[in-house]
Amino acid sequence: MRAYLDYNATTPVDPQVLAAMLPFLAENFGNASSIHSLGQAARAAVDRARESVAALIGAKPSEIVFTSGGTESDNLAIFGVVSSSAASRRHIISTAIEHHAVLHSCQALAKQGIAVTFVPVGASGIVNPDDIQRALRPETILISVMHSNNELGSLQPIKEVGRIAAEADIYFHCDAVQSAAKLPLDVTSLGVDLLSVSAHKIYGPKGVGALYVRAGTPLEPQFHGGHHERDRRPGTENVPGIAGLGKAAELARDNLAADASRIAALRDRLEESLLASIPSVRVSGDRARRLPNTTNLTFAGAGGEALLIALDFQGIACSTGAACSSGAVEPSHVLIAAGLSPDEARSSLRFSLGRPTTTEEIEYAIAVIPAVVERLRAISPNSPAMVTAR
Amino acid sequence: MSARDICIEAQAQSLAPRELAAPPSVAVAMSGGVDSSTVAAILHERGENIVGLTMQLWNQRRLPGLAPEGPVQHRCCSADDVYDARRVAEHLGVPFYVVNFEREFELTVIRPFVNNYLEGQTPIPCTLCNNHVKFDQLLLTARRIGAERIATGHYARIRRNPDSDRYELLRARDESKDQSYFLFGLTQEQLSRASFPLGELTKPEVREIARRLLVPVAEKPESQEICFVPSGNYVRFIEGYLQEQGSGLPENPGEIVSTSGEVLGRHNGLHQYTVGQRRGLGIFAGRPVYVVALDRARNRLVVGDDPELRASACEVRDVNWIPFACPGDPVEAMVRIRNRHEPAPAVVTALDSTRALVHFREPQRAITPGQAAVFYSGEQVLGGGWISPF
Repeated sequence: MRAYLDYNATTPVDPQVLAAMLPFLAENFGNASSIHSLGQAARAAVDRARESVAALIGAKPSEIVFTSGGTESDNLAIFGVVSSSAASRRHIISTAIEHHAVLHSCQALAKQGIAVTFVPVGASGIVNPDDIQRALRPETILISVMHSNNELGSLQPIKEVGRIAAEADIYFHCDAVQSAAKLPLDVTSLGVDLLSVSAHKIYGPKGVGALYVRAGTPLEPQFHGGHHERDRRPGTENVPGIAGLGKAAELARDNLAADASRIAALRDRLEESLLASIPSVRVSGDRARRLPNTTNLTFAGAGGEALLIALDFQGIACSTGAACSSGAVEPSHVLIAAGLSPDEARSSLRFSLGRPTTTEEIEYAIAVIPAVVERLRAISPNSPAMVTAR
Repeated sequence: MSARDICIEAQAQSLAPRELAAPPSVAVAMSGGVDSSTVAAILHERGENIVGLTMQLWNQRRLPGLAPEGPVQHRCCSADDVYDARRVAEHLGVPFYVVNFEREFELTVIRPFVNNYLEGQTPIPCTLCNNHVKFDQLLLTARRIGAERIATGHYARIRRNPDSDRYELLRARDESKDQSYFLFGLTQEQLSRASFPLGELTKPEVREIARRLLVPVAEKPESQEICFVPSGNYVRFIEGYLQEQGSGLPENPGEIVSTSGEVLGRHNGLHQYTVGQRRGLGIFAGRPVYVVALDRARNRLVVGDDPELRASACEVRDVNWIPFACPGDPVEAMVRIRNRHEPAPAVVTALDSTRALVHFREPQRAITPGQAAVFYSGEQVLGGGWISPF
């Protein structure tokens, strides 16, 4: 038996998405910029996908820029706005719990002399809009706040921040990679100018994503080489990937409501069972205002890395922290920002459910995890024991 | 078959659940080098259920100024070595994980290493790592994953003596590769859970096995340096680390004096010198002179000629006894005072449970505080301890 509980890391490609992509890999291989009919077929697929992604987030198709994924979307939004703005506007505001794609982009800008304010969060894992308000400066050019946090699932007050940004006439970017297909998104009511999504988090392929850019928002391209994507992102379109993203967006719209309530029920069943059956387990972040599919649990004294590996041997896939370049785990900056000690952060596991998650998988996890945690806790650093049989 | 059918077939294959790995009985500490890779291959061939674990110990990016020119190889946790370890595990088809012990390594190896040098001693980080990381933290993680033992690529042997009911540590059969000197600190618990499959083999035999089992790193050259010190320049490492920690640089010039107190010159900080050193003293005495002692209390470097470098006794601390508990009577032993030192006859007298006096039959050259004195009887390691400052 296996239980894949790491959908916030990535999702499988939906068979319908795969079917939508396949024609564009071999049979319909045209370049969307070509004038001939093969090229026109590719162009039509890209246009259809653009409409589908726009519809998922309440945007106009012309406001969608296809990219290589969430990381590029975040980079393009942040660097694109900052490098196209006046030299006097040299301050950006973000939060302490952003994904590395935003965090490291801001840090890279800081090295170039841009002032960056990272607004803290409390134990809820939710930023306070008043703190954003207080961080405003006359020279602030951009605010970047994620829609939901990938590790805690905590939902951020995007509408409130959107109002603050609009009143102060500051561009507002929202990394919605983790919320797309899990929650309804509407760029108008959120008040965002830029919004990132990624295909592989919504049952589409890896290596493709999109950035919503509100009409009129200045955006300096970060690549050079052609007039693709209305001069905002050059490079031959990844037609199969884009077709897959379009289909995934369409499926997300169709399934969103049903997915959310079913997955939330399974998540609650998992969380409540583990809290009831294992002593000293804690949920991190606000339990009400969060994604329907995510729970982040601290198993004090069990050692998250060893626990993750031990569960992998039982067929249960989950995650802890963020992988560094070697593949080892670094303590999560998000959990630290939410007030956990480094030891607690190291003993925390994230379980994230998805559309394919079954009741059987959840019951299997509920049956296996308590015994594994108990076994790990029994082997503590202070209780060495000899092995006598060799 | 159409492209579409091929794709659907490929998809069906990739969705077929990979067999769950059997719970491991032995964890292999894999560095990416030929020795530990061959250990994994040997145990796998024997039919043991193994798990490969590579330790992430030190982040080279922390001290970027120390990066050597050219490609980084054989560095602690370099991406290349982790890649090699992963490649070996993939070749064998065994489960493999990178585990993060950066915090433990810094606390129990790096800081004592730096502090020892600042105190005028010459430390052995490999032994600290064995005692506190490899056979402690890594063993703990291995046990939590379910492995009762840890196997490493060390050249040494372990056997259980049924009469004394104790574990004994023996030199490697290949005397030229023997690493027992670095393992003197292992407790009975640690020895009971350690396995050194290369202890009965010579290096050429190990390479031969590696070739026969098609281990991908069979021809990889050996590394001899301290893994976290680029280019072997420990002085630059210490200075870089202290700078990163915000402490002052240890450049603390003082006098170079003869054993009779005559001032011969100036030194640039005691951490740059080690007992027995001849080169780089920057003084001219008309005859070969050597570092005889590092007088930290007066920040003086004491130099003298060869006979003055010789001493007949030293005190050792943190003594670990292996085949028997702390002996009441003096013990005749062959004592090694550095890794490549020819063991010399001596009498070891325990002062209390953690300290001992070593009296050599003949004066020994350059007995160096911070190095280990390891007591041998024939092929057996009786124990050892750290040489105290005089």
